[in-house]
Amino acid sequence: MRRTITLLLLAAAAAWAQDTCVECHESLEGDLQAPAKAWPNDVHRARGFGCADCHGGDPTAMDPEKAMSRAKGFRGAIRRTQIPNLCARCHSDPDLMHRYDPQQRVDQLAQYRTSIHGKRLAAGDENVATCVDCHSVHDIREVKDPLSPVYPLRIVVTCARCHADEKLMANYNLWATQPEDYKASVHWKALAERGDLSAPSCASCHGNHGATPPQVSSVAAVCGLCHALQEQFFDKSPHYQAFTDLGLSGCVVCHGNHRIEHPTDAMLSVEDGVCGKCHEADSPPGKTAAEIQGMLTKLAEELDRSRAVLDEARTAGIEVSEADVQWAQGREKLLKARVTVHSFDADAVRRDIDEGLKITAAVYQAGLDALKERDRRRLGLVFSLVAIAITIIGLWLAIRSREQRNASRKAAEG
Amino acid sequence: MAPAVIAKIRWWLEDRLGLETVKEFLAHKSVPRHSATMWYYFGGITLFLFGIQVTTGILLLLYYRPSPNEAYESVQFIMTQVDFGWLIRSIHSWAANLMILTAFIHMFSVVFLHAYRAPRELTWLTGIVLLGLALGFGFSGYLLPWNTISYFATRVGTDIAAVVPLIGPPLARFLRGGSDISGGTLTRFFGFHVAVLPGITTLVLLLHLALVQKWNISVPPKVEEEYQRKGQEVPRIPFVPDFVLRELMAWYITLAILGVLAALFPWELGQKADPFAPAPAGIRPEWYFLAPFYTLKLIPSHVWFLEGEVLGVICFGLLAAAWACLPFWASRRDGTIRTRLVTGAGVLLVSYLAVFSALGYWR
Repeated sequence: MRRTITLLLLAAAAAWAQDTCVECHESLEGDLQAPAKAWPNDVHRARGFGCADCHGGDPTAMDPEKAMSRAKGFRGAIRRTQIPNLCARCHSDPDLMHRYDPQQRVDQLAQYRTSIHGKRLAAGDENVATCVDCHSVHDIREVKDPLSPVYPLRIVVTCARCHADEKLMANYNLWATQPEDYKASVHWKALAERGDLSAPSCASCHGNHGATPPQVSSVAAVCGLCHALQEQFFDKSPHYQAFTDLGLSGCVVCHGNHRIEHPTDAMLSVEDGVCGKCHEADSPPGKTAAEIQGMLTKLAEELDRSRAVLDEARTAGIEVSEADVQWAQGREKLLKARVTVHSFDADAVRRDIDEGLKITAAVYQAGLDALKERDRRRLGLVFSLVAIAITIIGLWLAIRSREQRNASRKAAEG
Repeated sequence: MAPAVIAKIRWWLEDRLGLETVKEFLAHKSVPRHSATMWYYFGGITLFLFGIQVTTGILLLLYYRPSPNEAYESVQFIMTQVDFGWLIRSIHSWAANLMILTAFIHMFSVVFLHAYRAPRELTWLTGIVLLGLALGFGFSGYLLPWNTISYFATRVGTDIAAVVPLIGPPLARFLRGGSDISGGTLTRFFGFHVAVLPGITTLVLLLHLALVQKWNISVPPKVEEEYQRKGQEVPRIPFVPDFVLRELMAWYITLAILGVLAALFPWELGQKADPFAPAPAGIRPEWYFLAPFYTLKLIPSHVWFLEGEVLGVICFGLLAAAWACLPFWASRRDGTIRTRLVTGAGVLLVSYLAVFSALGYWR
């Protein structure tokens, strides 16, 4: 019995003493304490890893000299140039990684080496981002954790730590306005305001571990990852070859890059839209742009007009759900036409617009019929109320007449 | 038609039906007339609205199809394609709500005029059963259009039924026809709404009317005392035609109100129910269930050793039982009525229902 208790106590003491690093560093101050404070939130700790797995040393030794002994493989603080290789010891090992997550990628280091960051680091530039600059250190969280610095909603802030730093970016001849520009874009609105986590953030276009700016030739392909139909139309349009010849990067010419605002039909205007940047109003392309803009505006106005009639009918209590479904189909035609615009072919756009106009005409008529129905109902109500009122007056007169007759009879009797 | 032929038909019917007896009976039937007579019309108005419910319900049955795939579409068809279908459905829905409102007014007028007192205890009890049946009609009918609001409100309603002590889980399962609201629930509620409840209601209603006829309309104690002091009898008017004409006037006014509501505020159909969609925010039951619904929301999740909802359901059950037994605890042993106690209880209940329904609606 005594032997068993002694063994249990020894086992408990050994378990307690397994990570003396945390125990000591918690009692320190400043930078030496910070890792121990952050460590409880780290995903590696949750998976059973300890300080020594990265820093080496003996985490079971109570004596700091022995715990941080070079003889025991203690590395101390990791040099920035060594970080990617250190992380890759595990993250590039499929056997190890797939024990924790069968779908986990193991090509992060290979990708990083192709990135601008990786190339500059290899050249000895220690100011570029390494793994810990984006993923944090000692409190590394899973990417899907909303508190992770690489979670979609936070990644722009993480990138901005360097890319919004004018002084740092000046060393690389880069602007530092991209993060602010992005925050004014339709993509950030979708991500932050609508909560659509599939909306693009920095890494969606530039890549994450293999981060690199899309080149002129690849911009359309990057945008086409989401906007596939627009890309297809654009590739077949006259602009594709013209932009390629001029060395212009497709989508960016009209929509910009980081500050991509919600596109409007007015963008097609030759006077104050983007088409006017290259085309004169009386040139054939200028006329085509004006024609397409006119068609889109017409369908949008028709949709608004029929929506107003339907809303008026619904407010009056008329059932218009079938017309609502039709209206949504008309709206889809407008959206389709706005995609077809990227072909810059007025006839192709007209086909979508004509279908949309046909639908909106039917919807508008359905709305007018609904309003007529409302008026018929109200007229019917007036007639019914008049008939009911006449009947009530008749009943009241009959009651009054009986009361008067009874009163006269009682008076005659009394 | 010659007068002789009409007379012959009349005598033929008289021989077989004894209509003269009915005529004689009606000619001699009279009802009291005093300052509170107008409150008696609400019973008749409730009956009138029930008649409208039956008539419009039968018309809706011609097109309604009780299955999850067809229910919503069939109501949509009634609202948009069937001639006057929108009117029939709107009148059915508005009349249902007005009927429950007038039934409540009728009940509270009986309370405040102390018409429940002996020998009318059974009239009161059958009236309470009829009110319960009307609420059952409302609850079962609410699901039938199979729209989002009705689907989730029924889920909330049956969840509350599930916490009734002892019988809760089997009761909820029986109501739903399974573990959740499904096509089985819709078929079941349709069956309750158009067969079970109408059958029971007809029987209880006939008993209620027979009891009203047997014991006649009561005169409030205060009015009785007033006339006794004067040494006079409470005036009476012939049931036919004087009372009937007045009741008819009330029915026509009700019909006008119903017409205005149905024409200017047709009952909405909403969106088709999607059992896989999350419940929309602000789901609440029909207005007549709002007070208990809101009260249950206010009760903490645990009170002493009981779950809050269970405690709430037990309290409502006890309150309903006490209210149904009103004629018995309202009478003293000497036969006099505890008028102040009953009036106080009535005022409290009306205030509770009004305030908590309003809070349940606005919050």
